[in-house]
Amino acid sequence: MGIYMKLTTLLASAAVALGLATTGYADGHEKTKVGFVYVGPIGDGGWTYEHDKGRLAVEAEYGDKVETVFVESVAEGPDSERVMTQMALDGADVIFTTSFGYMDPTINVAAKFPDVKFEHATGYKRADNVSTYSARFYEGRAIQGHIAGSMTKSNIIGYIGSYPIPEVIRGINSAFIHARKVNPDVEFKIVWAYTWFDPAKEADAAKVLIEQGADVVLQHTDSTAPQAAAQEAGNVVTFGQASDMGQYAPFPRVSSIIDDWAPYYIARVGAVMDGTWESTDTWDGIGAGMVGIGEISDAVPAEVKEQALALKASLADGSYHAFTGPLKKQDGSDFLAEGETADDGTLAGMNFYVEGIEGDIPN
Amino acid sequence: MDLSAINPILFVAGFLVAATPLIFAALGELVVEKSGTLNLGVEGMMITGAICGFATAVETGSPLLGFAAAAVGGALLSLLFAFLTQIALANQVASGLALTLFGLGLSALLGQSYVGIKPPRLPDINFGPLADIPVIGPILFTHDIILYLGVALVAGVWATLKFTRAGLILRAVGESHDAAHALGYKVVRIRTLAIMFGGACAGLGGAYISLIRVPQWTEGMTAGVGWIALALVVFASWKPWRLLLGAYLFGGITQLQLNLQGAGVAIPVEYLAMSPYLITIIVLVILSRDKSAAPACLGRTFHASS
Repeated sequence: MGIYMKLTTLLASAAVALGLATTGYADGHEKTKVGFVYVGPIGDGGWTYEHDKGRLAVEAEYGDKVETVFVESVAEGPDSERVMTQMALDGADVIFTTSFGYMDPTINVAAKFPDVKFEHATGYKRADNVSTYSARFYEGRAIQGHIAGSMTKSNIIGYIGSYPIPEVIRGINSAFIHARKVNPDVEFKIVWAYTWFDPAKEADAAKVLIEQGADVVLQHTDSTAPQAAAQEAGNVVTFGQASDMGQYAPFPRVSSIIDDWAPYYIARVGAVMDGTWESTDTWDGIGAGMVGIGEISDAVPAEVKEQALALKASLADGSYHAFTGPLKKQDGSDFLAEGETADDGTLAGMNFYVEGIEGDIPN
Repeated sequence: MDLSAINPILFVAGFLVAATPLIFAALGELVVEKSGTLNLGVEGMMITGAICGFATAVETGSPLLGFAAAAVGGALLSLLFAFLTQIALANQVASGLALTLFGLGLSALLGQSYVGIKPPRLPDINFGPLADIPVIGPILFTHDIILYLGVALVAGVWATLKFTRAGLILRAVGESHDAAHALGYKVVRIRTLAIMFGGACAGLGGAYISLIRVPQWTEGMTAGVGWIALALVVFASWKPWRLLLGAYLFGGITQLQLNLQGAGVAIPVEYLAMSPYLITIIVLVILSRDKSAAPACLGRTFHASS
């Protein structure tokens, strides 16, 4: 009996340990070790899925010379600090932290590990060993706004926000400006989900917006759940967010913003390998290929599609900026004069709605 | 601000749907805890049920078979927990946490080829003329059978615990496993059955998310509902009707705050976003002033030799 008990208890603890075990690896250190911290699961079909595609591209590019590790579904805040610390202790040479809420944790951990390089996505705090990178998603939002404004019949466009941070607010403004341009009657209904990834909640938010009359739903959350909700409802237009979400094409998903991180990740890991890595701030858009526009489906009227593609071309070659005056802020004060374009500093810290959007930005 | 944008009928019908996964998961855990076992693996069993149900529904074309498979999948996974805690006498908290991690990983593996697929829709029950009653009809009589099953199950568990011999034995095991054992009841067997019931319920709750509420399969899509279910059992003082009330409160306020946001009500969004948690906890804490206590043997390991 005693032995039996010991064996089964041992088995039980082994099973527990196995379940709790995270990624570990032997420390040979000829290989460059690249860590990734993800806010959602790699199968979210959106944001994290695309980052993980970038990770796989790094592996494909460098083969045996690199070793990548990742931890998914890491909560923003203190928990992420623990994950990053563990990665650094495990010998990572460079760590990509891929959500806005990892900003302060990244800076904190980077201070403790000066020899490890950190790359923080969508933030604005840098250090000698911390770079930041982001994509100009707002350029894609301009195209979405144009299509949305052209296609809505109820003139109500629903918008699912995640957190009220500059990146999301910029997207709302850009979409709104371009929706209003083609359709002065358009109205935005904005719902904040306070999550990046919670399919049930995202679907609920989409349903509520649809029930309240929205026939176009834009999302700034990471899962494809709003697409499923729109499909269920029938006559509602959506756009893929962060990833193509092509499984919902040609309708409800009529186009998408695709983040392509692979070239950046390959370049940065390469820089770590040959010792040329420096702290930088990268912010690329459609022109550089970091932001892709997914195929505009046939559900979009031909002339709207043509206009959208022209808009895309002008954003790509820099002849048009998504924030071009005259524009006013929500409170009626001046934002940009006729022909003036917003500078990157203003865009990076954007914390106001443009004129015409109703409601307040949560603190 | 435009409150007329909110359709009260759609709102109520919507929150009944939103609350159903929570009802199933919490009710199952309530029975498990009544038997004196604490299973923290609800989230893992839910997500396993979500993919088992989704995959089966897609492959067979029958959502009902999907729900059956979800119950079986959840129950099978819970057997692992039963083995660890009832046979191997492992720590219940650690085993439950491991079950959640295992379930999340297993479901991600099982679900790889089901991303982006639309599942067959479970039709709403046809109540005939009942559905045409103004207001009440569209709220109460336009749902699928699983939603009604959830409410029926609450009544069933309540009646079983309160009025039947089986319920009495289950409670006895949970209150004092030594006394129950001395009376000749098979403590381990009874707890194992309770754990399996909990697993089946969690599985149904998970499948309700993947087949009805969203409906799609995404990795990790339960996103914490299992933990809310665990908290709800405690705040409902292990009483089925309070649990139902708590689930409706939570689901209702969650839907309401989304609706209010959409309508542009001038309440700061951050307060709206936390209101479901706050109000549900306050109401249930006030209700539980009668000092209803946890089952006395909750979380304690039982071995016949002790």
